Amino acid sequence: MSGIPHDHYQPKTNGEKWLNSRLPIVGLIYDTIMIPTPKNLNWWWIWGIILAFCLALQIVTGIVLVMHYTPHVDLAFASIEHIMRNVNGGHMLRYLHMNGASLFFVAVYIHIFRGLFYGSYKAPREITWIIGMLIYLCMMGTAFMGYVLPWGQMSFWGATVITGLFGAIPFIGESIQTWLLGGPAVDNATLNRFFSLHYLLPFVIAALVVVHIWAFHTTGNNNPTGVEVRRGSKAEAEKDTLPFWPYFVIKDLFALAVVLVIFWAIVGFMPNYLGHPDNYIEANPLVTPAHIVPEWYFLPFYAILRAFTGEVWVVQFASFITGGIIDAKFFGVLAMFGAIIAMALAPWLDTSSVRSGKYRPMFKWWFYLLIIDFFALMWLGAMPAEEPYATFALIGSAYWFAYFFVILPILGVIEKPEAQPETIEEDFNAHYGKADAEATPAE
Amino acid sequence: MFKKLAIGAAFALALAPAASFAAGGGEQHVEDYQFSFEGPFGTYDQNQLQRGLQIYTEVCAACHGLKYVPLRTLSDEGGVGLTEDQVRAYAAENFTVYDPELDDDRPAIPTDHFPENTAAGAPDLSMMAKARAGFHGPYGLGLNQLFRGMGGAEYIASLLNGYTGHEKEEAGVILYENTAFPGGWISMAPPLSDELVEFADGHANDVEAMSQDVAAFLMWAAEPKMMARKQAGFVGVIFLTILSVLLYLTNKRLWAPVKGKKG
Repeated sequence: MSGIPHDHYQPKTNGEKWLNSRLPIVGLIYDTIMIPTPKNLNWWWIWGIILAFCLALQIVTGIVLVMHYTPHVDLAFASIEHIMRNVNGGHMLRYLHMNGASLFFVAVYIHIFRGLFYGSYKAPREITWIIGMLIYLCMMGTAFMGYVLPWGQMSFWGATVITGLFGAIPFIGESIQTWLLGGPAVDNATLNRFFSLHYLLPFVIAALVVVHIWAFHTTGNNNPTGVEVRRGSKAEAEKDTLPFWPYFVIKDLFALAVVLVIFWAIVGFMPNYLGHPDNYIEANPLVTPAHIVPEWYFLPFYAILRAFTGEVWVVQFASFITGGIIDAKFFGVLAMFGAIIAMALAPWLDTSSVRSGKYRPMFKWWFYLLIIDFFALMWLGAMPAEEPYATFALIGSAYWFAYFFVILPILGVIEKPEAQPETIEEDFNAHYGKADAEATPAE
Repeated sequence: MFKKLAIGAAFALALAPAASFAAGGGEQHVEDYQFSFEGPFGTYDQNQLQRGLQIYTEVCAACHGLKYVPLRTLSDEGGVGLTEDQVRAYAAENFTVYDPELDDDRPAIPTDHFPENTAAGAPDLSMMAKARAGFHGPYGLGLNQLFRGMGGAEYIASLLNGYTGHEKEEAGVILYENTAFPGGWISMAPPLSDELVEFADGHANDVEAMSQDVAAFLMWAAEPKMMARKQAGFVGVIFLTILSVLLYLTNKRLWAPVKGKKG
């Protein structure tokens, strides 16, 4: 294995040797949890563990919920109430699963923006980044289909709106929409296939997570300085790194426990805060809710979807040169998916040779503006589609694309980066001082 | 410097629509009643739930159902708290259900649910207290719900108190002006009037008091496991806090030799 030099598992007893020559599983686990990890990782690096926990939480609570849930349009809503009222601990299981999805997205957004700030997407970690984006897409699909299962008003109308997006694809859109729904409209066939896929996708995510971890275990973790671990020799590497176990496992578990205190308080004391009241009304195809609003974690991209109306000149221009094939609706769909693809392309759009945003004086501000933009879009996504929100959403969407397609490529050329530390060890010692063993008594 | 200005401008732009939004609303008024079950420490007031049950039975049940609520849960802990005998008597006295084996109606038993009632086209009330948000904003941020709760029970109580006495006829239907109802006109006639229900213990029975009692009962109907949930919340938060402290100390000790002293 390429990667950072470190000790590998050595089978000692005859039994260990016997197993190792047939299935080197102990060695695999040893190498995985003993991976040399940059010792200067800060608290923004804890969210990976939180995400792993979320996936496990959602799968475990989900499997138990499925034991009591009935995927049928006449029974689904009542079966949720059965879980809430009759199943032992059912109300906690369901609230954990509901709010677990929100924790999952809080964690993934922090994880993604951490990567964007510290340049974790840059060579040689492009594959890790791309796999991560695929995980994020699968999460969105899973969350969307999971929200349909309770068969409340927002479930039904959310499903109608979102599957309608595929109907906007020119020529084949309607066929695709019918194929997705299993019929002309959201109905029992839709509920059944969404249930099936909602159960399948988490295991696809689990597999992608393994690949994600495999990829960054090959390249080594990025770190707040963006400076690579020295790998000339094991002794050199050990100056920059510490083994994942126990140093980072304990650190991450501490962070997880703190996050869980907050999470548990939300589940215990305000479990419906992040939900929508309309979803406690059974789905009714004849009554449209006043405002159809997606879950909070979709709002930034929902805002981008709605921002490009027929009145925007870019949309009119696109419509004109394609002879009307790209209409406003399809343009919005392209923009929404484009906003995610833009993130996925970051490794090739960022031209700067400096990895970490810490040493990029101009980049920093544009990045902070991107964070503000993200929250502004989230808020705008929940607002009615009218002025002045429409104009703000358009400005916000434009900035999102400008950041990736204009600012990142240009900054790499015009920006003068600040001095980076030579080594991770130097950065670490500047923060925490030298270790006791090496420190002189005068210090 | 330019970028700082840009950020400032972005903030200013973000706040500008807020002002115009605040000026527009104000049509729907939901009073922030103080209920016993609010906040992390809030619990249901058993006497209030029993009064609310009586109001529901004598008034609301004429038009509204509670089809998701099993009658037996009236004797559950952390709720209305009737005895099992009282539930049996209550079910038999007040409701009948269709029994396909007898091909006839029979008196309800505790394992039945409250009956569905769609005769007058009135919505089912099982989850009404969770299906409405009394509080919104400010500016779509949802912070009011964070501090005051979702406000479902407040909405119900405000609605029952919100009749102004004005009526109008629209397409053959009489609508009643109501300050809590979205749009301002509701087709439900004012259901409560002072002293409509007599409580055995002589508790206040004006509209203001009764509306809060029945709202509390409907909150219980929507969220019967609230007390168990909050208890689990406290146990979890306390144990996770202890675990956090222990892990903090472990982590500190583990890293101490690596980090050395500052300076």
